[in-house]
Amino acid sequence: MDRLVEQIPRFFTATNMMMLAEAAYMTLAMTIVGCLIGFGLAFVLVYLRQTPGLWALPLRIVCVTYVEFFRRIPFLVIVYLVLFFIQALTPDASLFTIAVIAICLYSVAYTADIIRGGLESVPHTQVEAARTMNMSRFRTLIMVVLPQAWPVIIPPAIAFAVSFIKDTALVSQIGVFELTFRGKELNNQGYSGVLVFGTIALCYFILSFPLTLLGQHLEKRLATPRGQRSARKIRRT
Amino acid sequence: MDYRFQYGVVWQNLDALFQGAWLTFQLGTLSFAGGALIGLICAAIVAYGPFLIRFPVHVYVVLITNTPALIQIYFLYYGLPEFGIRLSSEACLLIGLILNAGAYLTLIMRAGFLSVRRTELEAGVVLGMSVLQQIRFIVVPHIAKSIYPALANFFIVILVMGTSIGSIIGVDELTGQAINLSSVNYRWLEYFTVVALMYVVLTFVASIGLAALGRWACRVRARIF
Amino acid sequence: MPHLAVNGVRAKYGAHEVLRGISLSIEKGEIAALIGPSGSGKSTVLRALVGLTPITAGQVEIAGETIDYRNANAVRAARDRMAIVFQQFNLFQNMTVMKNVTLAPVKIKRRPKAEVEAEARRLLDLVGLGDKHASYPDQLSGGQQQRVAIARALALQPQILLLDEVTSALDPELVTEVLDTIRRLAREGMTMIIVSHEMAFVREVANKVVFMDRGEIIETGAPKEMFDNPKTDRARDFFGKILRH
Repeated sequence: MDRLVEQIPRFFTATNMMMLAEAAYMTLAMTIVGCLIGFGLAFVLVYLRQTPGLWALPLRIVCVTYVEFFRRIPFLVIVYLVLFFIQALTPDASLFTIAVIAICLYSVAYTADIIRGGLESVPHTQVEAARTMNMSRFRTLIMVVLPQAWPVIIPPAIAFAVSFIKDTALVSQIGVFELTFRGKELNNQGYSGVLVFGTIALCYFILSFPLTLLGQHLEKRLATPRGQRSARKIRRT
Repeated sequence: MDYRFQYGVVWQNLDALFQGAWLTFQLGTLSFAGGALIGLICAAIVAYGPFLIRFPVHVYVVLITNTPALIQIYFLYYGLPEFGIRLSSEACLLIGLILNAGAYLTLIMRAGFLSVRRTELEAGVVLGMSVLQQIRFIVVPHIAKSIYPALANFFIVILVMGTSIGSIIGVDELTGQAINLSSVNYRWLEYFTVVALMYVVLTFVASIGLAALGRWACRVRARIF
Repeated sequence: MPHLAVNGVRAKYGAHEVLRGISLSIEKGEIAALIGPSGSGKSTVLRALVGLTPITAGQVEIAGETIDYRNANAVRAARDRMAIVFQQFNLFQNMTVMKNVTLAPVKIKRRPKAEVEAEARRLLDLVGLGDKHASYPDQLSGGQQQRVAIARALALQPQILLLDEVTSALDPELVTEVLDTIRRLAREGMTMIIVSHEMAFVREVANKVVFMDRGEIIETGAPKEMFDNPKTDRARDFFGKILRH
């Protein structure tokens, strides 16, 4: 205990704090990039998955298989797989790129399921009406389905983003300079485990807790019937 | 691409991988069981307990659910020795996962607890039931069906994501075995693709088992896909 | 030349054959009513015409032109000439009444927006909802929503209007307002196929009554004949049961 107290002034130096701030920035950057790209690609995936016609069956199978596969493997294994795969192809690839690719593969799989759930929550009868009016699949999606699917997609999407901030900790295993990696480094330099990882935990907490609160707030607002009506007012076209 | 796949080595060491898978399963099940117990107690506290006892539970849940499981486990693995407690990697992983699961399961079960109306509990009080009896005879049957999907889903999460973290501190579960074996023959890609497939199979088997269990115990129809 | 000619059409829902050889023809301005017990396939005939249920055999001709429902362009052309109103109204919940009515004509048929909006106002007045153009569907009653659905269908300027049990989901007091609207359309000479349970209404408005049972057409005829003097046993059985109350 005394050792811990004694280490505090040595630990909380400006250099260390700067380093941690940069690492936090890296964690946040990976999360944002991963979630945004993941969300975008997941949309494409879900759209492709709905392509009608017998010729599109292989495409549909690929989409389903991708999601079911990458949702059932640990993120750590995905990270390692991407690492070895990319390095077999291009040995000089940057670790950040590898991390982002792994992150995207993972987030696409999870987000695709969230998006699909949201799209399916819109009564199919409205889609039928749109089809009989000769509205294209794309136009139906954008003008009828999506505006009504948002309230169902957003809460789980935010929950995923929150859990994602925590998952980025695993990327430390391939040497990306994010929070957990720096924590390990400091611990290796001799600082107390309690001190170091307590601080790192606090950093993650500061990043993740506000988002958790936002998610809870939005969930409450979007879940009540009045919330649904006001949510629809916001998204009205 | 001039990397030649050699799956022969993997084939020779399959039994090691199976051992890892078995350890994964054991760790996952134990962590979930422990976490479920904690979750049940904490959810009951949060739903019915006085503020002074609710507050620490809230703090526990909020702290654990807003920090990575890996950091929690590092905290135990590197922090406990400073207090003179030296635990094995497996023990650290288990304790860490149980505490982690406990927090998330508290949230899931709390939602269930809160969905039981006061009137039903009052009926129990009138019949002379203690709080524990109320939980056992009124609450649990009532919510078992509605929270089962969330519980089953979380089990898969712990089984897959939770246990794999153990590989980082040297536990020889499935991912850990993959790392060990790969560093011997340098056949990383082969081992990891096989391990990925094993995880998929593992989760499918678990999903089917959970769906069957749900149907038998709570008459719930759960999704596998 | 009949406006719409259906010849030996068959359709399936999965393994179950829902339409087993349907043949009928409808002249311009004629109003045909499809009646029959549940599961007889009446709604499926309408759904097949707009391409929602795939046709496995048979032919459909509109104004002499054959439509191959396996060809996407042909289906689009068919949908261009027909409009359907559903039992559950199927209005777009995230848009105002005005947007619901004008969306397809403006975006799909590419008519000028001002023209479509003027027409939309006229149609909404026709169905008695002129003042509700800025309301959202969830602010309207069932009967009002159904009338908006009719206005929406009419805004597409169809040659043939298909009405699929449009009053079945409504409370009894709201049924009249919808039936009145349909009566007005009938007076104006719109070719219509109506699927309905409202026997009194069918008898009053239809030129031709088609009785279906289990995917087949059992009997066709003028309303007066069909209702008073059904020729087949199954028809007699059906009318006997329903007209008793």
